[in-house]
Amino acid sequence: MPQFIELKNLEGELAEFRRRTAFAAGFVLLLFGVLFGRFVYLQVMNHEYYYTQAEANRISLVPIVPNRGLIVDRNGIVLAHNFTAYTLEINPTQVGDLEATIDALSQLIEIAPKDRRRFKRLLDESRQLAAIPIRTRLSEDEIARFAANRYRFPGVDINARLFRRYPNGTLASHVVGYIGRINPKDMETLEENSLLSNYRGSEHIGKTGLEQMYERELHGTTGLEQVEVDSGGRAVRTLSRTPPVSGNNLQLHLDLRLQEAAEAAFGNRRGALVAIDPATGGVLAFVSKPGFDPNLFIDGIDPPTWNELNTHPDRPMVNRALSGQYPPGSTYKPFMALAGLELGKRTPQYSISDPGFFTLPGNSHHYRDWKPGGHGSVDMHRSLVISCDTYYYQLAFDLGIDAISTFMRQFGFGARTGLDLEGEAIGINPSQEWKQRRFRQKWYVGDTISIGIGQGYNVMSLMQLANATAIIANKGVVYRPHLVDQIQDATTRERRAVHAEALRTLDFKPENWALVQRAMVDVNMPGGTGHRAFADATYRVGGKTGTSQVIAIKQGQRYDAKRIDERHRDHALYIAYAPADNPKIALAVLVENAGGGGANAAPLARTVIDFYLLGRPIKPIDAEPIPGTAAAGEANAERD
Amino acid sequence: MQNAIETVWRRGTAHVDVPLLIAVMLLVIVGMVTLYSASNQSLDRLEGKLFNLGVAFAVMWIAANTPLSRVMRFALPAYATALVLLVAVALVGDVRNGARRWLDLGVISIQPSELMKIALPLALAWYFDRYESSLKLSNFAIATILFILPVGLIAKQPDLGTALLLSASGCYVLFLAGLSWKVIIGLGAAALAALPVLWSVMHDYQRMRVRILIDPAQDPLGAGYHTIQSTIAVGSGGWFGKGWLQGTQAHLDFLPERTTDFIFAVYSEEFGLVGNAILLVLFLLVIARGLVITVNAPTMFSRLVAGSITMTFFTYAFVNMGMVSGILPVVGVPLPLISYGGTALVSVFFGFGMLMSISTHRKLIRS
Repeated sequence: MPQFIELKNLEGELAEFRRRTAFAAGFVLLLFGVLFGRFVYLQVMNHEYYYTQAEANRISLVPIVPNRGLIVDRNGIVLAHNFTAYTLEINPTQVGDLEATIDALSQLIEIAPKDRRRFKRLLDESRQLAAIPIRTRLSEDEIARFAANRYRFPGVDINARLFRRYPNGTLASHVVGYIGRINPKDMETLEENSLLSNYRGSEHIGKTGLEQMYERELHGTTGLEQVEVDSGGRAVRTLSRTPPVSGNNLQLHLDLRLQEAAEAAFGNRRGALVAIDPATGGVLAFVSKPGFDPNLFIDGIDPPTWNELNTHPDRPMVNRALSGQYPPGSTYKPFMALAGLELGKRTPQYSISDPGFFTLPGNSHHYRDWKPGGHGSVDMHRSLVISCDTYYYQLAFDLGIDAISTFMRQFGFGARTGLDLEGEAIGINPSQEWKQRRFRQKWYVGDTISIGIGQGYNVMSLMQLANATAIIANKGVVYRPHLVDQIQDATTRERRAVHAEALRTLDFKPENWALVQRAMVDVNMPGGTGHRAFADATYRVGGKTGTSQVIAIKQGQRYDAKRIDERHRDHALYIAYAPADNPKIALAVLVENAGGGGANAAPLARTVIDFYLLGRPIKPIDAEPIPGTAAAGEANAERD
Repeated sequence: MQNAIETVWRRGTAHVDVPLLIAVMLLVIVGMVTLYSASNQSLDRLEGKLFNLGVAFAVMWIAANTPLSRVMRFALPAYATALVLLVAVALVGDVRNGARRWLDLGVISIQPSELMKIALPLALAWYFDRYESSLKLSNFAIATILFILPVGLIAKQPDLGTALLLSASGCYVLFLAGLSWKVIIGLGAAALAALPVLWSVMHDYQRMRVRILIDPAQDPLGAGYHTIQSTIAVGSGGWFGKGWLQGTQAHLDFLPERTTDFIFAVYSEEFGLVGNAILLVLFLLVIARGLVITVNAPTMFSRLVAGSITMTFFTYAFVNMGMVSGILPVVGVPLPLISYGGTALVSVFFGFGMLMSISTHRKLIRS
């Protein structure tokens, strides 16, 4: 019996064990069911999401920066080009301790304090989580050393990058400008113009000069490479590739050899020169001295150098030819003469008797002629040749400011010429309305008088003056001046010209043009204020000297250059075009604080014109002439 | 001669359970195929796995040919040894990766917890077998102490994964031995109540794992990385997968430990939901065969051992796939038969050997 009970018990236990095993089987099925549900959830319901995630993991879009377009002069001489060099770059997001990493790197590769400073600054203004260069232009040795130790430096890599180079250094620096690293402000501008996507991967952008103006042409179209990356971000293979399109090349109207001659002619004097081809408006030379080395800016200029450039008393960063505004002085007289003739206030024969000063009716104030005692009898032709001030005081008075202002607008004074560079000064073409607006003051008749000789409120840029000179040379045909002659498509090699068509023609009487032109030619003939500079010229040249006052001379005082601080001395000016009967070049030149235009600016014009027309080698420039000390020849003595 | 070969063959295969062997072999093949892909087509890894398999098959064959009654004799000594070693580890063990798990015996280093994984179910089965005819609640209490001791020591190392799996295998034995439902429900409730206490004694990294399980995005590049990447791998597989050797997550290094603990992510990415379903079915076949053997086992000891081996096998598979697909925390559990790793493979095959021994020796006894 007990045995039976035990057996029965055993049966019961076995049955219970089977139930429990079945329960365990159910448990297994249940949990596998949960797993299967999870698989369905991940692989069917959310497949799209996870697939995208996997692709995003896998595929990285790598922008391929296009080659920036070249800038060449009219003869193909290169002003800006690119070269490839290796840079050592750190990706700050992948490096824990930057300082320690840089220290360790400096054991392998020379890293100067300057490099560290620049890295720090770039890091501060870094826009993306991108790699930042710590050293550029690595040598072969350095590349090899790093390659052998690369495993020690995650997040540090060597990359081949294109670098911009300006092979001519300071030469034409104000024309070419420079590129610099894209900063947050550039980013904003790019974003506003929805160009940001084209700058993925680009690190540089044109900051000044043509580099800035033609940024869209020069930059090109960024290519894109789809690469498969592993979890370390290393590219494993390329999936697809859209090649970049190189930026377009700029061919300038500028003649770099002429530019070089012009810059050399300045020596170490400050000033500006703009030379234009009157037949097209193309700019042949565009000088602003002193210049700067644009190469310094490409990868971020180091702060001390930047400070020096900005605080230097010669202000090399200022584009004097474009944004410098100067009173035109006597170079204004040909335009005044045309105004007198065209507006019927003067005939060629009309003469004045010059006592050496002009007075307004009922006023004792003397508007002095540069020549004490005066020039005697002066008609229009003579007034230009000898640069008689009294004649133009009278003329200005007779015309009145509003007539002058309206007339001068035709020559582009008081408006931008439309040159293809940013930062052009508008200048001031004063009028009653202008003075009211600017100073909330009424215009006095006295204000008009000095306008007649290019002083007073009257200021303009050398660009404007050169452009107006070209209009005289053209007998009224107005072109928009331009630096870039042609834009060449980098792939198709097709060239397209940049606006060479005439904007308008000033409809003046031919005899009026002829009179003024003849007088301007005689300026450079014996007895003229520009004669010394052009004494032995083999071509005929039209010109006009000018001296632009920096400070006002009090009544009863005389200008004495020796007693005046150098920076307050007069600017020497000269405008010219040549050959006189078929002008190929028109120019305006200003030498800051140099004194009289005939002695100090005209020789520069001579050098440039000689070089351009005759291909004459550059004459060595004499030591800087000190204004006022030279023998009081007629040219040098010219004063307003 | 012909006869002699036949005799050897018969003797050699007498204790091999063919249905179990077939199911296991299918999983092994799946494992080899996946490993080839996961290791970036490394033949070295494959050779390594083949060698491990050779050893594992030998162990299985020996275990299959060993009557369980002989194994039973070693149950208690094995348990006692493992427990002593665990205590030794707690006192003088080597610290590796922040955990005291290894015991340096001079010649070799061992992880006593691995030994305990086998010894504990055997010891518990032995204990219940011994008191089979008069099982009382007090027996269950003693059995509970038998498995709480090693689990506690291992949890303290800390090796939470192993501790949980070990307690799972202990629980299976208690459950199959007939622990009353009331007690089970009571204990379950108590365990739930103890969760906050458990939380408070957990190490920071363990808590982190739990937190990250709930929201892997908390630490996408750190502790959450494994889960995020493996979930992406599984999810991106879709219905049919990206195809063998085509898994981008796996081949581009996004998956960590892709030949070992995370190999299922590789499989899942390349073979998709259909592949996963097939894999689940293959696991179910092994488990089903194991449970059939369990039900038909002749003695209390063999029933409990068979049940525990089968359910532990299931638990490993479930926990691993759950971890890879992001519903369980990341605990270092390989996917049995699929993951690369010699020790785990050998112990799994040892378990299958015991299952075969139980299944075939019963037949012999009956016949």
